[in-house]
Amino acid sequence: MASNKKYWKSVEELNENSSIVETLRDNEFVEEIPTDEFLGDKDKLSSSSTTRRDFLKYVGFSTAAATLAACEGPVVKSIPYVVQPDEIVPGVADYYATTVADGFDFVNVLVKTREGRPIKIDNNKLAGAYSGANARVNASVLTMYDSLRLKQPKVSGKDTTWDDVDVKVKASLEDAKSKGGNIVLLTNTMASPSTDKLIGEFVAAYPTAKHVVYDAVSSSSALDAYEKAYGTRGLADYDFSQADVIVSVDADFLGDWQGGGYDSAYAQKRIPKRNTDERKVMSKHIQLESNMSLSGANADVRLPLNSADLKAALVKIYNIVVGANVSTNGTAYDEAIKKAAQQLKAAGSNGVLVSGIDDVNAQLLVFAINEALGSKAFLPEQTKFVRQGNDAAVAQLIKDMTAGKVHTLIMSNVNPVYSLANGEAFAEALKNVDLSVDFSMKEDETALVSTIAAAAPHYLESWGDVVIKKGHYSVTQPTIRPLFDTRQFQDALLLWTNNNTPYYDYVKSVGQATISNKTWNKIVHDGFATFGDLNKVSANADFTSAANAVAKAKKEGDFELVFYTKTGMGDGQQANNPWLQEFPDPISRASWDNYATVARVDAEALGIVNKHVANGGLDGSYITLTVNGVTLENVPALIQPGQAPGTIGLAFGYGRKEALKKDMQVGVNAYKLYFNANKVQTVSVAKGNGMHEFACVQLHNTLMSRNDIIKETTADVFNANTEEWNVFPMVSYDHQNVKARTIDIWESFDRTVGHHFNLSIDLNACTGCGACVIACHAENNVPVVGKSEVRRSRDMHWLRIDRYYSSEDTFDGDVQKKKDAKGLSEYRSAFYDLENPADNPQVAFQPVMCQHCNHAPCETVCPVAATSHGRQGQNHMAYNRCVGTRYCANNCPYKVRRFNWFLYSQNNEFDFNMNDDLGRMVLNPDVVVRSRGVMEKCSLCIQMTQATILKAKNEGRAVRPNEFETACSAACSSGAMVFGDVNDKDSDIVELVESDRSYHLLEHIGTKPNVVYHVKVRNV
Amino acid sequence: MKKVGNHNSFSKILFFCLALMLSFTTISFAQDAAKGKELFNSKCAACHKLDAKSTGPALRGVVERHDGDVEWLHKWIKSSSSLIKSGDATAVKLFEEWNSVPMNDFPELSDEDIDNILAYTSEEKAAAPVVTDSGASSQGGASKADAVSNIVVLGALVVVLLMLVTMLFSVRKVLKKVIETNGFEHEIIQRTSIWKAFVKNQFLVIVSVIVMVLVGSYFAFGYMMQIGVDKGYEPVQPIHFSHKIHAGDNGIDCKYCHSAARSSKTSGIPSLNVCMNCHKNISEFTGEAGKDYGKYTPEFYTGEIQKLYDAVGWDADAQKYTGKEKPVKWVRIHNLPDFAYYNHSQHVNVAGLECQTCHGPVEEMEIMRQHSPLTMGWCIDCHRKTDVKLENNEYYAKIHKELAGKYNKEKLTVADMGGLECGKCHY
Repeated sequence: MASNKKYWKSVEELNENSSIVETLRDNEFVEEIPTDEFLGDKDKLSSSSTTRRDFLKYVGFSTAAATLAACEGPVVKSIPYVVQPDEIVPGVADYYATTVADGFDFVNVLVKTREGRPIKIDNNKLAGAYSGANARVNASVLTMYDSLRLKQPKVSGKDTTWDDVDVKVKASLEDAKSKGGNIVLLTNTMASPSTDKLIGEFVAAYPTAKHVVYDAVSSSSALDAYEKAYGTRGLADYDFSQADVIVSVDADFLGDWQGGGYDSAYAQKRIPKRNTDERKVMSKHIQLESNMSLSGANADVRLPLNSADLKAALVKIYNIVVGANVSTNGTAYDEAIKKAAQQLKAAGSNGVLVSGIDDVNAQLLVFAINEALGSKAFLPEQTKFVRQGNDAAVAQLIKDMTAGKVHTLIMSNVNPVYSLANGEAFAEALKNVDLSVDFSMKEDETALVSTIAAAAPHYLESWGDVVIKKGHYSVTQPTIRPLFDTRQFQDALLLWTNNNTPYYDYVKSVGQATISNKTWNKIVHDGFATFGDLNKVSANADFTSAANAVAKAKKEGDFELVFYTKTGMGDGQQANNPWLQEFPDPISRASWDNYATVARVDAEALGIVNKHVANGGLDGSYITLTVNGVTLENVPALIQPGQAPGTIGLAFGYGRKEALKKDMQVGVNAYKLYFNANKVQTVSVAKGNGMHEFACVQLHNTLMSRNDIIKETTADVFNANTEEWNVFPMVSYDHQNVKARTIDIWESFDRTVGHHFNLSIDLNACTGCGACVIACHAENNVPVVGKSEVRRSRDMHWLRIDRYYSSEDTFDGDVQKKKDAKGLSEYRSAFYDLENPADNPQVAFQPVMCQHCNHAPCETVCPVAATSHGRQGQNHMAYNRCVGTRYCANNCPYKVRRFNWFLYSQNNEFDFNMNDDLGRMVLNPDVVVRSRGVMEKCSLCIQMTQATILKAKNEGRAVRPNEFETACSAACSSGAMVFGDVNDKDSDIVELVESDRSYHLLEHIGTKPNVVYHVKVRNV
Repeated sequence: MKKVGNHNSFSKILFFCLALMLSFTTISFAQDAAKGKELFNSKCAACHKLDAKSTGPALRGVVERHDGDVEWLHKWIKSSSSLIKSGDATAVKLFEEWNSVPMNDFPELSDEDIDNILAYTSEEKAAAPVVTDSGASSQGGASKADAVSNIVVLGALVVVLLMLVTMLFSVRKVLKKVIETNGFEHEIIQRTSIWKAFVKNQFLVIVSVIVMVLVGSYFAFGYMMQIGVDKGYEPVQPIHFSHKIHAGDNGIDCKYCHSAARSSKTSGIPSLNVCMNCHKNISEFTGEAGKDYGKYTPEFYTGEIQKLYDAVGWDADAQKYTGKEKPVKWVRIHNLPDFAYYNHSQHVNVAGLECQTCHGPVEEMEIMRQHSPLTMGWCIDCHRKTDVKLENNEYYAKIHKELAGKYNKEKLTVADMGGLECGKCHY
């Protein structure tokens, strides 16, 4: 039935004789197209010299010309120096010794520069250097090439000149001086003698000035305790290579505890070595802690305890070691604690106790215990100056600022608006300050609210000096001219005190006055020097009352929030560094995030779930954390094996927004709950709505009793002189059972001639710190792919450190469980159980990179022969030959090949360092940047081995023993990774490969890898 | 006058004659200006020029400038420092005028030597060498005549061939006529044309198509492989630098300027301070009298040297760096792709290869060009053929012994040492 309904587009249409409607109906365009203007003039058209045919000719010609021109290669310009500096030869790397002292990390390093630009951080391997660059230090070179750095000084958000800044600041300082207003210098820990002297001069020039030191992550209680006991504000040093028994009460000394840097000494003692009575001995490490830390993961015995129990445990140990009798609460692990204390006492001077409890009295007990032991590893006379923050002074400063008692505030390398629990209060109080100056590398939260944002240089562009520990003087030297219009805090102080000496001269004079046994040039060349003598000191404090105070600790509330710093992010000052963001946390294996770590029992009670979704990613519930009435919402929760029940871990350094690229604005800001700078807070937890998408690089957490991947044994079995602990897979050959490694189904190549490279990885020495991962990134131009790609398991790390948990209490238990299972159904349920990690599991780390198999499965399947074997043992990968079938990756039993799913450089979809000119300056010119669609993988740093060979050839000499290095082995300060030529019998690698602890990964498949692992021995 | 260019004996004789003639004309100085010239070049030319300022003043007419005070000049040349010390007003003034740069003492020069030098400096400035057109045109004429004679010969050949063709036709015509007039019978055999026969033979068609496709693709492949191969690339450079003059005529060692070739992966484009090592003193190209330089006249070359001065910020008059630098944007000629690693020091220093092995006769190139194709095939070919220079290099000692035993030969090629492996160049 036809409808009588009339449809209309506008009211006008209903009006029958509307001219508008008619016009609109007839004319497609409301206004006439002015065709007449260019076609109407017939005379002009006919008189035009360009006919239609000519026009087509022009079109044809220009198309053809454009096409032909496109065939020409681009013209490349080469611009040499006008006057070439003597020390630079284009194409040859120069190395400079310098020192990192960014307030969080302090270490002597070597900087590799090419054509005047720093591209990599190496360890300073001179004897006596404070060595051991961690992942953050390795990545710090990229932070200099951060495109979001503050490029010139700003006044109230507007660009300005330094002259303008000088005028404003000087006027304000003079004003403060005349009015008697307070001037405050708020800095991070610099530990710089020249800066201290300079600040002294500044205070002399402006008597109302004072210096407040602020550490974002506080060590105030340890500093207070040391000051109380030994009279100086500093920290005690420890030498773990002197310790046979290490008891750590919540001290993550392999992480960032009291400045960190203890890995290499610790690792030395972890490798079993033959002692006088023919036993191979190693240190014993007992860790008591709440969060699962790197130290806990490496410990032989680990006890998960909440903070009240930790304090009780410390008192119990004190009781046994010192022989006191302070009563405390009981804990769930009293027997184990007692045993640990007895072992510690038995070790006497070979034992050491460390603690990270944020409590002055607890820190005093540490001194008491170590002094009672007479510990050789405890070095209180060697004061460390790497933390100097004073929480009380900072709190007082905020009070003064709020009361309007601060006239001028000069800040350097601090970001209190972000990193203080009461950051907003600080920002508010800044309004009461007449003039605030913030020396910062980026326009961060604090710089934005300061009057003057003073652009500061990176440490690779600055001069400086550091006394990391007593008697050890280090120099920071620039390795590149400042990239931007920046000025050092010290240079500014000199100018503002009317001193026209450049800071370099100032540092030099201080250095020359301090050091007498080295010339200034030698100090700068080495990067450090030693001075003075150390005098034995002894603690002078009332330990009994300290013990009594600690013993009173009681658990408050249901949950404790325990803060920690991540190996990758630290205190968060390098949050805009994509290498660090993509660096997977050694424990959780999650990148691009921080999260609340929750114990399994608590998660079940709170209804928190972690589950794998269809695309292989891990999702976790959100929770809400409330401390002192301040709420942190949408905190993703990760169920962490080993987390002490009743505690929740949360990492600092995330949740920043300012001066960060969009992709780096991840995580939540834990500092918001860091009240009174105490790392333990009573918290109330509620489950939130929705699920968080994690980007984990490892989703399978247990070994499933496959003890041939990580071979483990105990010290007793190891010393029983049987081969039980390193069982070689056997195969049947000519009806005989023989070791798999002796059989070869391929014609083997003669590898006895020339170099043959092997990499040895000692699972006992590897602490899982991940410095090698970042070093590999820097050396090999490994791209950053971003959170969503990592979640899809498309991470590009050439070197990964697998972390496994045991499903039973020990890995041995896993194996036993599999052995004990009888019949199909038992087997089935046993394997289901083995997938779940234990609540307090054993942990093992295993760095895995391309194994460079002599019979490589990848090589035989490549349809275009893009991957082939070199006679030096390396598995080569010719990127320009690869067509991207990914067949090799499928055939690799170790899953170490990485595919470039996208073009990661100069691509706005991947807005990381390779997407801007500045960030690309960090690329290693000796290694090609791979393009989309090709496979890549570890090359055993062939560019480095080739360079070493060429160096020897150029100098007309044989390669020296142990001269070969890879980026990972060079970065490994714990000695876990050793690289070398097995055909050079004088190299350390030969002994390591032939060691009775060595084995190959998946040996039974007969790939004959050139990477060997060493059986992990646990001293339980 | 500092000379750049070929010195042949003729020009020497010419100059000698000129000098001799002049020495007769300037009777007041009966000294030997020719000997003076030799001495001037060996002792003075490092800092002085005859007609232009250098480190020191221009020396032509120096005797006149000092009002013929030869005695003073003798003292000055033998030991200017003691003259200045003695407080001689002229000496002090001169010293200060020239930025207080002390002049070397020449106690070894005898009075006669100094007189000879002064005689040389007192010579009249020779007229600028006029390039006579006659030589050039006659040369050009000769080549033109060659071309003409070629055309004549070819023309004659064409005429002869045409004549032969017409003769053949006329013979055929005559024969036909003979047949017709004599009434001979002749059968015209109907033959299938060769093309039709070809088309009918399917087998032949298929074979020839296959052959054509193969041949076609062979050439197409060859053509395609040329893409991106820039052999013979000869771009115009911002400064016309003649390797012929520097490396050829003056015999400067390649590695004097490209010093990084010994130690680095790149040979290095010399920085401009290296140019200034010599060009601080060589500010003009005088060429040789009577020589035809064609397109590149001495004035042209002098202009190019001026470009260098502009770039490096050198004020030749004031003999000072102005600090206004303009880095030169050379056009890169040899450009390996990023995925290929090549190291000069390996080839130059370790293997001891001549630069010319890959770069061709650079000493003959007026404009630098790419001599070799720089393709992988070209690299590999050389690695297959070339023996490794094992002598006098401790690095090779052990490896050589082992490898020689393995391959049972004394000499080893790069390929024997693993020089064909992908990973040696691609990483």
